[in-house]
Amino acid sequence: MFGLGDKNSSNSLVMNTAHPDSLLDKGAQDVIGKPISRIDGPLKVSGHAAYAAEYGLANVAYGFLVGSTVGKGKITELHAEVAREVPGVIDVVVDYKTFLRNSQQGGEKKAPTQGVENVDYVGEPVAIVIAETYEAARDAAERVRLAVEYQEQEGRYSFNAYREEAKKPPYNNIPSHYDQGDVEKALAEAPVTLDRTYTTPSQNSAAMEPHASIASWDDDGRLTLYASLQMLSSDRQQLADALGLKLDKVRLVARYVGGGFGSKLGIAPESVAAAIAAKKLGRPVKVVMARQQVFEATVRRSNTEQRIRLGANADGTLTAIAHETICSNLPGEGYFEPAGQSTHFMYGGKNRLITHDLVELDWMLSGSMRAPGEAVGMLALETAMDELAETLGMDPIELRRRNDPDKDPEKNVPYSSRMLTQCMDKGAELFGWSERREALGDRRGDWFHGIGMAGAGRSNILMKSAAKVTVDGQGHAIVETDMTDIGTGTYTILAQIAAEMLGLPIEDVTVHLGDTDAPPGAGSGGSWGATSSGSSVYLACEALQKQIADKMGVEVGAMTLKDGRVIAENRSVPLAELVGDGINATGQVAPGLQAKLTTQASYGAHFAEVAVNAITGETRVVRMLGVFAAGRILNEKTARSQCLGGMTFGIGAALTEEVVHDPRNGKVVNHDLAEYHVPVNADVPALEVHFLDERDVHANPIHAKGIGELGICGAGAAIANAINNAVGVRMRDYPLTLDKLLDQLPPV
Amino acid sequence: MHWTINGQRYEAEPDIRTTLLDLAREHLGLTGSKKGCDHGQCGSCTMLVNGRRINSCLSLAVMHQDDEITTIEGLGQPDNLHPMQAAFVSHDGYQCGYCTPGQICSAVGMLDEVKKGFPSWVSDDLSSPSLNDQEIGERMSGNLCRCAAYPNIVDAIAEVAGLSEDQRQTSQKVSG
Amino acid sequence: MKPFSYAKADSPEAAIREVNTEHTRFIAGGTNLLDLMKLQVETPDKLVDISRLPLDEIEEREDGGLTIGALVPNSDLAADRRIIERYETLSRALLAGASGQLRNKASTGGNLLQRTRCYYFYDTASPCNKREPGTGCSAFGGLNRILAVIGTSEHCIATHPSDMAVAMRALDATIITLKRDGDKRRISIHDFYCLPGDTPHIENVLEPGELITHIELPAPVEGARQFYRKVRDRASYAFALVSIAGVVKVEDGRISHAALAFGGLAHMPWRNPDVEAALVGKAPTRDAFEAAADALLDGARGFGDNDFKIPLARRTLLATLRDVTGE
Repeated sequence: MFGLGDKNSSNSLVMNTAHPDSLLDKGAQDVIGKPISRIDGPLKVSGHAAYAAEYGLANVAYGFLVGSTVGKGKITELHAEVAREVPGVIDVVVDYKTFLRNSQQGGEKKAPTQGVENVDYVGEPVAIVIAETYEAARDAAERVRLAVEYQEQEGRYSFNAYREEAKKPPYNNIPSHYDQGDVEKALAEAPVTLDRTYTTPSQNSAAMEPHASIASWDDDGRLTLYASLQMLSSDRQQLADALGLKLDKVRLVARYVGGGFGSKLGIAPESVAAAIAAKKLGRPVKVVMARQQVFEATVRRSNTEQRIRLGANADGTLTAIAHETICSNLPGEGYFEPAGQSTHFMYGGKNRLITHDLVELDWMLSGSMRAPGEAVGMLALETAMDELAETLGMDPIELRRRNDPDKDPEKNVPYSSRMLTQCMDKGAELFGWSERREALGDRRGDWFHGIGMAGAGRSNILMKSAAKVTVDGQGHAIVETDMTDIGTGTYTILAQIAAEMLGLPIEDVTVHLGDTDAPPGAGSGGSWGATSSGSSVYLACEALQKQIADKMGVEVGAMTLKDGRVIAENRSVPLAELVGDGINATGQVAPGLQAKLTTQASYGAHFAEVAVNAITGETRVVRMLGVFAAGRILNEKTARSQCLGGMTFGIGAALTEEVVHDPRNGKVVNHDLAEYHVPVNADVPALEVHFLDERDVHANPIHAKGIGELGICGAGAAIANAINNAVGVRMRDYPLTLDKLLDQLPPV
Repeated sequence: MHWTINGQRYEAEPDIRTTLLDLAREHLGLTGSKKGCDHGQCGSCTMLVNGRRINSCLSLAVMHQDDEITTIEGLGQPDNLHPMQAAFVSHDGYQCGYCTPGQICSAVGMLDEVKKGFPSWVSDDLSSPSLNDQEIGERMSGNLCRCAAYPNIVDAIAEVAGLSEDQRQTSQKVSG
Repeated sequence: MKPFSYAKADSPEAAIREVNTEHTRFIAGGTNLLDLMKLQVETPDKLVDISRLPLDEIEEREDGGLTIGALVPNSDLAADRRIIERYETLSRALLAGASGQLRNKASTGGNLLQRTRCYYFYDTASPCNKREPGTGCSAFGGLNRILAVIGTSEHCIATHPSDMAVAMRALDATIITLKRDGDKRRISIHDFYCLPGDTPHIENVLEPGELITHIELPAPVEGARQFYRKVRDRASYAFALVSIAGVVKVEDGRISHAALAFGGLAHMPWRNPDVEAALVGKAPTRDAFEAAADALLDGARGFGDNDFKIPLARRTLLATLRDVTGE
């Protein structure tokens, strides 16, 4: 399908059956899994990696979005004239019909909700001011923002006021409601029960690079958008749909992406605004969202209210799990925060109830943020397990061990691979878990120390993904796909896979990402990037191996590829010589029956030591350790960094991060990085990360599972549990800021 | 107007409101310095001005015409990296790379501050502070990294500072 | 940011002369001014660049105190040997504030003039009596977690964000200015800041075009202990929820000197003589500390989200006094 020529040039695999043998284990180059430094590193550390707003297009005009100042209403008069009188302003572009109301969710093929004449949240971009300079555009946009007149309408701005109106949303990756056995009866009969409600606030991905687009149209009416996006293939479809263009009239480029964490899965309002303005002006337009606009007008992780009820026998065996959740979103948005996602498969228990209900609010869009579902769901579940262990007088690891099922408790299928207990045991040993004391038992000066742990589990997903690999006449390999590297290490691990498969030094592999002119990749999200995109490169290289073997006149299995040479039957030929003008192949992987026949997830265990100030309730993480099993680790260095990042997101979620909505208009009040507290360097101690050796033959041909989100799953709960161990206080309203702890601390 | 950046003289006539950051990024083609917040809340824009690290987003370009300005591009090139840049690569002191130029400029400026005897909030003895991991963490807290490469950033800086493992762990304490 | 004209001054006198428009502002480090100008909270029509004035020295005074040039950067001030030896609370307060980059840029005079902090003050679309007198205060009924609990008015409950200025109050600093008419003026820091009252847009007593040139610190109290305690949400790079700068001396089992100033609680760096009166002459006991806390928090009022600041301030003060008066 990508201009494929001879039969050797394509290789597709649908994961219908297990794939027991991976050629990566047979490679002679010995680069796979190795802690190789990022191949894109020198460009990044020297400032030469170009992010979305850094393409030097000639004659570019600057756009600045105008956000609404009301939460719900209709624009009656925009007053563009207040901008036009500002020197340097070229135009105020208004297109009430086409502008995006909000960002799109990840993977959608259609445009998100369009139309901005009726505004649905504070900050909704209603117009764009275009000027010769950034300074003029920003100034004029602010003047317009304050001048727009609205007919205000009554809005719903309080979660607590409307939570009773929560409704069951449609299926979205998981069923919104799931019921098995008889939870109420099991709870009534259980000798030990727990019934707790946990709340988590809205959060913001806060990627360091703000959402940005440069739109440029060519003479044939083809749009090129340089943007900061995670999933180019579907983003391209969304953008084409929004603008009413054919797909081949849209090209997206995102070679370097300054973080996404879910917020750039779908296109954001600035993309369409830039495209429309550029079309109207006949010149390229650059739009970078201000940080405040990122907070107000992209996407948040929904707040959640989660009630967990557990029923257990005296020996700790769970008989009932109920995890009932409520979250919020804009009217008409079906996306719900799948907080119960990992509750489906983490622990055993015959009777199960997992529900997700959705409250419609006139707050900004909610959608995916790193580990949607698990990140906040496990804050609740893993704290509840700790509370149950406390109730039972049982070690929390032992409780989890006793409920580690040998098959999926709902689907009656085996786990593809699962090392939860091994992760806990290894972590306990490395962390010194046996030294854990009673609450309030470890005071050092004004600081109470405590330790806690939590399990981690994150669904493993395979996505359709394609890549083309070429070996050129110099014996150099080139990997091409529209996959993105958002900091995840994709450039490097794809190079490692190609190098291993083709027997090349890593320096002889070039990876081109982030351009929709290349075959469509899975995109970065849901921890599927490395495994899906990596499998497509693997498959392309498998096809290339056959071509090479043919040219060598041997069977593939009889051939060794190493250091740029093809070795077989006592011959050693340079690859460059063998391939002539070059060979290429395209690989494509797609999910199949294996996703149904097995339950696939990565697992881990978190351990944290905190110090809680006895006077003020300030909490500091003193040390933290994670043990993870995620199938084959493709690059030990970049995989570790992914885990460090996830664990730190866990620190933020547990202790500091909260988007606050004004109760009067839903506005994100703390819309900047001074007041939305992501962890700083001093908040994060040296974190330890360990990997267990594992292969998953059901997941994909490279036997790896997702790791980008595993590190956050359960991390915050380990901290919450450590706080409880330090001061004997159980807080259930995240983040666990000192104001919630103060009145439960001992007197000074 | 004119500037000296990375030893090179530049001339331009930007809007008077132009920040040093926007001057570099939008007028001079020096896009290595990043804009993450535009309000001094993230540190991605850090440059060295007369050797001192500052937030270039909170600096008017017009006010820095007589200064020696160093951006990430002036520290080293991809094939000739500054030791701090090389250490960030080998320790994976980044992921997405967006905050990285600011982190590196900040780290270079920070080590110079340590040499000059600048104390920090976590220094026990303000008159003779010595570097350890906690000091590095505190001194680098003006540079947010959402990918959260913080432990690796500390490793990279400790290596460039020549700290031994013992020095790195010396007198670490929980701090309010 | 709105357009402005720009002039650079090479002497304080020249700077004063450049004040010739309706809304001229001086700019030195610019870390707060440009922050606010980008949001159009501040809209000067002219900036006078004072960053190169020869006001960047710290000089000895005959009484054993120091005179600090208004343009000494925060980081240099914090690292100055004399400051560390004589005014440790000031050095620590400076180091508790902002980030290394910001401290390199921010000036001593500018730090004193930081605008108060409030989510709604920073958002031009929200009513705010400080930004636009008479429009109302959005912090009532809105988010007010970081806002003031002492000295508030029905018109404004914003907090002063500075750490440095808190220490300056504990140290009885005097602010030296050059007025537009060329006269010098000495203003005790205790008279410098204003409570919001019904004029929250007025934050200090400076007249239009008046330039801070120096800050004087009197000789330190010999034998006293100095400290700065800051409580915040992050370990670093966050505004104070509560902070305390202090100079406390214990002689013969009694507190002979106490100067305590508080951040995060009020519209200005807070100091209350009653707090110190409750301590001086008393033995450093729990009762005395409680009396001081009572004096501090007499009349304190929370607005919902920030209620916790009242017990937090009490607990932090008790523990800090315990520590500083102990062996």
